[in-house]
Amino acid sequence: MLLGHGSGGRLSAELVRDVFLPALGNAVLGALEDQATLEVAAGRVAFTTDSFVVKPLFFRGGDIGSLAVHGTINDLAVGGADPLFLSAAFILEEGVPLDTVRRVAQSMGEAAAAAGVRIVTADTKVVEKGKGDGLFVNTAGIGVVRPGVTLSAANARVGDRVILSGYIGDHGIAILAEREGLEFDNPIGSDSAPLHTLTRAMLDASGGIRAMRDPTRGGLASTLNEIAAQSGVTIEIDERAIPVREAVRGACEMLGLDPLHVANEGKLVAIVAPESAEVALAAMRGHSRGAEARIIGTVTGTARKMVLMRTSFGTTRIVDMLAGEQLPRIC
Amino acid sequence: MCLAIPGRILNSEQVGESRVGDVQFGGITRKVYLDFVPEAAPGDYVIVHVGFAISRVDAEEAERTFALLEEMGEVPPE
Amino acid sequence: MKYLDEYRDPAIARALVEKIRARVTRPWVLMEICGGQTHTLMRYGIDELVAPGVDLVHGPGCPVCVTALETVDKALAIAARPEVTFASYGDMLRVPGSHSDLFRVKAAGGDVRIVYSPMDALKLARAMPDRKVVFFAVGFETTAPANAMAVWQAHREGLTNFSVLVSHVLVPPAIRLLLQSPSNRVQGFIAPGHVCTVVGYREYEELAREFRVPIVVGGFEPLDLLEAILMLVSQLEDGRAEAENQYVRSVAREGNVAARRTMEQVFEVADRKWRGIGEIAQSGYRLRPEFEAHDAEKIFNVAGVSAEEPPECISALVLQGLKKPTDCTAFGERCTPDTPMGAPMVSGEGACAAYYAYRRHERDLVGLH
Repeated sequence: MLLGHGSGGRLSAELVRDVFLPALGNAVLGALEDQATLEVAAGRVAFTTDSFVVKPLFFRGGDIGSLAVHGTINDLAVGGADPLFLSAAFILEEGVPLDTVRRVAQSMGEAAAAAGVRIVTADTKVVEKGKGDGLFVNTAGIGVVRPGVTLSAANARVGDRVILSGYIGDHGIAILAEREGLEFDNPIGSDSAPLHTLTRAMLDASGGIRAMRDPTRGGLASTLNEIAAQSGVTIEIDERAIPVREAVRGACEMLGLDPLHVANEGKLVAIVAPESAEVALAAMRGHSRGAEARIIGTVTGTARKMVLMRTSFGTTRIVDMLAGEQLPRIC
Repeated sequence: MCLAIPGRILNSEQVGESRVGDVQFGGITRKVYLDFVPEAAPGDYVIVHVGFAISRVDAEEAERTFALLEEMGEVPPE
Repeated sequence: MKYLDEYRDPAIARALVEKIRARVTRPWVLMEICGGQTHTLMRYGIDELVAPGVDLVHGPGCPVCVTALETVDKALAIAARPEVTFASYGDMLRVPGSHSDLFRVKAAGGDVRIVYSPMDALKLARAMPDRKVVFFAVGFETTAPANAMAVWQAHREGLTNFSVLVSHVLVPPAIRLLLQSPSNRVQGFIAPGHVCTVVGYREYEELAREFRVPIVVGGFEPLDLLEAILMLVSQLEDGRAEAENQYVRSVAREGNVAARRTMEQVFEVADRKWRGIGEIAQSGYRLRPEFEAHDAEKIFNVAGVSAEEPPECISALVLQGLKKPTDCTAFGERCTPDTPMGAPMVSGEGACAAYYAYRRHERDLVGLH
């Protein structure tokens, strides 16, 4: 990449024409206007944005591009919205190979197409070498919220059940494994995936879903703590109910990490009214992205905003948010 | 500074000054320095700390002492 | 995972707890020394299970926590230098120095890297001959052989750009100090299993004899600690005071001979200052003179900045088991893992961090503010 590619002139136009349009291509984007003009059904629009700075750019199970598309779709989906349109903005470092940009763009195009959403507006800037870590992506997304559905992390009530859609820790460990050179017998790949069809199935099946969240950075622990704080409740989970792959557990043991704090990119946690829990669980298990769903806990009280976990020993411990960076322990 | 976990030696070879081996921990395999456990061979378990094996697990001792614990666990509490 | 999972069996744990309860005729105060053991106790709620017959206080078993303030400041000064690539174990990155910490140095442009093993730091030195690679060699005796091996190989290869900033601490002198203190209430010790894997437990036999206090070398899994507690309680109830080994699958009385040999070739015993406690004679390692070309203290002319710890911080008392983290007025409020005042809150193994992560609500429940 050259600085000229971001300057809006001929090089920029070539980049758009030769790399981004073929990869992300759809009629709206191809019109190359300064804005995308879209028809959206009347109702409530959900709008979200995220930036992605993952290193390495390419990893088992995905890359920064597919991660961005899935992450933005999921932020919309857990709000009960049908994701429709995405934007994509790139900040590229001078000197990054064109092929890298092409691969990322193609991956985004494929992820979007597979999920049935369109990337309708995009932008590229290039910064001087040394001023940007290769490639950063920002995506924003719009979706329409299902009528009659108001999901919120503030909705949890005493008696509600906590349902987790599957194995935790895959994404964070997959990334760490690439960076640390850990070899797995059965390699762990990122679980990066779009969850909007899963959430759709859940909302179709049950009116008792109070909230959904995707536990990304900070892991399941941080997400549950956010819900506990916003709803003003105590959430109790059962350690034995939480599924963790053996290799993820091994990596966490080795590095002194807690799987509850490791990032996920294709999982969700749902707070569900007790009378709807079994139905919601069945709907999740009937979907490919929820096959390993489990009920992992209950909202137990309002005296304290915290998350407690019953250990396999029958004792109870606090599950806290991740403090600062997750440092591999030596001790 | 004591996080050390047990793993099974799969193989070993001389690399420069050191004896290095692939050690398997659950579902992960990692290269470990075996210089401090010259008596350990493929198939043995070792305790690994910051990339070095610091002891070879005495399998028989471990079996024997664990069996005593297991017995305890089988007796229903009075 | 073999030799790990089976030592977490809840049924056997219950049986051990029952046995402990059956054995105890009066309350006993025990101390586990290693931070890794503290972590397990907190995580599995073992201290709750054995109370009130057994009161567990936590020892200074966190080398990160006891690294002298001056040494941390030296590390920060070295790491900030443009020609230096500073490699450290992850735990040290957030430890507060007088004015900063390694994370902040990194944010300001310092080349600070987290490594899992000292050999990774050595690899960096080989790969980057133009950089001065400095490894922060913090740890108990457990880590010393690995650190020694790195220095030894650097020396053999003539890798002049590799050096270590040594801050090794030894456990027995600290235990001796605790036992000599008039305010000591500890009646039995769980000795650190991985330290003893390396150096054996002869020194603990001496301590047991001299101070008439039972010491059991314990492992790190819940059943290991429960078994060690049972062994200590049995000794105390019987009026015995011996050194025993619970962690037989890893520890031999003589320790690891090969590891000790390498350690002794590279390190010699020296006086060392423990943060929060003060200087303890013959309680640390330093590099032998023949390795001074790799001694970061000598290579980099950095004076340790001596500064006061925040007055509210009672880490000295916590590290000696004289107070619990929840006794501290700043605990959980001004002092949290995000805004640590002292080292025991920063390191994952520090007692304050362990209490914060696993047990904060107890303070709320009891209403101690």
